[in-house]
Amino acid sequence: MKGSVRQSMAWLHTWSGLVVGWLLFAIFLTGTVSFYRDEISRWMRPELSQMTPAPDAAAVVVARLHAIAPDARRWLVQLPDGRDPAAHVYIWRDPGTGPAFQRETVDTASGMPVVARATHGGDFLFYFHFDLNMPSIWGRLIVGAAAMVMLVAIVSGVITHRRIFKDFFTFRPGKASHRSWLDAHNVLAVMALPFHLMITYTGLITLMFLYMPWGRDIAYQGDRQAFHTEAWLGTAVPEAAGIAAPLAPIGPMVAEATRRWDGGSVGRMDVYRPGDANALVVLTSSDEQQIAFQRKQILFGGATGAVVAATDGSRWAAETHGVLYGLHVGRFADPFVRLLYVLSSIAGTAMIATGLVLWTAKRRPVRQTRDKPSAGWRLVDALNVGTIVGLPIAMAAFFWANRLLPVELGGRANLEAGCFFLAWLLAIGHAALRPSARAWTEQLAIAALLYAALPVVNAATTGSHLGATVPRGDWVLAGFDLTMLASGLLLAWTARHVAGKTLGRAATDSADRKATMPARPRTEQGE
Amino acid sequence: MTDTSARLGIVSRVAAAVVCGYVLSSLTAVCLALLLPMARSEAVLVATMSSFIVYLCAALWAFAAADAARAWIGLAACAGLLGAALLVFRPGALG
Repeated sequence: MKGSVRQSMAWLHTWSGLVVGWLLFAIFLTGTVSFYRDEISRWMRPELSQMTPAPDAAAVVVARLHAIAPDARRWLVQLPDGRDPAAHVYIWRDPGTGPAFQRETVDTASGMPVVARATHGGDFLFYFHFDLNMPSIWGRLIVGAAAMVMLVAIVSGVITHRRIFKDFFTFRPGKASHRSWLDAHNVLAVMALPFHLMITYTGLITLMFLYMPWGRDIAYQGDRQAFHTEAWLGTAVPEAAGIAAPLAPIGPMVAEATRRWDGGSVGRMDVYRPGDANALVVLTSSDEQQIAFQRKQILFGGATGAVVAATDGSRWAAETHGVLYGLHVGRFADPFVRLLYVLSSIAGTAMIATGLVLWTAKRRPVRQTRDKPSAGWRLVDALNVGTIVGLPIAMAAFFWANRLLPVELGGRANLEAGCFFLAWLLAIGHAALRPSARAWTEQLAIAALLYAALPVVNAATTGSHLGATVPRGDWVLAGFDLTMLASGLLLAWTARHVAGKTLGRAATDSADRKATMPARPRTEQGE
Repeated sequence: MTDTSARLGIVSRVAAAVVCGYVLSSLTAVCLALLLPMARSEAVLVATMSSFIVYLCAALWAFAAADAARAWIGLAACAGLLGAALLVFRPGALG
């Protein structure tokens, strides 16, 4: 740790990156696919193949809610949009008046609930990327700490590279292997540097009050609701007056909101205390037409249908926060911008992967000296294989489970998630037991097979396969199958490439094993 | 520098970055939230959004400083300044 600032920054970059690298890889990869969360959810519920939302979707959904939960504490409705043709309703009840929480997916054309297989869909990968499927806030705290370290690793990496511009145009594929890995790491980092900084910082912003509540808590003396009301027009659930009053028609409220937002559509509808004189309706603009996630809102008296309050857009810090939040989730993006998001995010994921591989490539035991790899090197290498290839295998297992687990099986949504974790665990175990070069090629080959065969499994188990989806132009479903096929081919190419490259190194590994594990001669066959 | 003292230096810097960095960024958030001349909710948002940048700079400083002692002194001095500003301008805010 002595020497110039640049040397200490290089040290900081290497070790901070290594410590959280696997976690960051998992966060980045599952986060990347979450840009297609709706599309993944749709593929995982093949029963919803075709649905057209009704023009008066809000009124249809309210009618359905009156039928199933007339005296709820709160209704929340996500209305259909360009990417999701169904409406999603969430119902909260006071204790003693029925199930405390209930959710339903409604087809607004029929006004009836949609029946689809039980699955967490794309939500599983989306939530995993910030809560790691852990209870309470632990996962979120761990992810936040990792994101903070990522920010440190990015900036210290930039400081390390005085010649960052020149390095960008340097690629030395033929040179010593760690040189090529370094060059690849640099290119992936620099190419999308603004994106990497943006996505990491805005990721912290999405949960910032969990990580840094002190400014709010001290300025408001712990009154969080007061802050929400002042900053975002957030409302507390009103007390029920106990006087029944029918909810005013929703249609005119939606029309009023659309008029005020110059034709912008309503994306979300919150109704507090429906059927009570104190009912409150909050309409929120759709997130498809603006970057800011903190959207425009109008509050209506539920019984009167009159406007009570509306956001006026004069709060620049709240708007800035909304833009940062919106940039992270990218829901404003049209298909082209969404693709740019995904490509940049893949570059970020690959940057982390190449950084991790670079750590082992630089420290790989030199062949001539017949050094035995140290325990630390073996650990890092096994975790590299088990995460960089193991996580994609786990995701493929999740999709396979979605198609292969019987539709009527109880608890199948959680079993799908269980398959994900089981496959990941097996991959890490496999990586720990096999010699390095073997572990890489074998897992890459398994991953290639799992992805390439997914469209076949889909065709064998559902009617919404490529033969049906391409002719009818259903590009969400066809796109998913084609992406899986392309991923499989890419993984197969990588497996071949790695197998060819590491042939020589495998011999070293084999020699190491002979030297260290004489009791198990069978494993050397064919190496 | 012996191996042990080098390791202790690293542990000390990590502690400075993680603990002192968090205290410093929290103090920044509180100071800005209370002292920025704008609507209270706006000040809280600006303060909280900026605090992560402060944490980042603090962590970098912890490793860029010439030695671990200087890393601690620099961060503690900044935290002390912010604490003093709170005591002067908003006495009782933390009580």
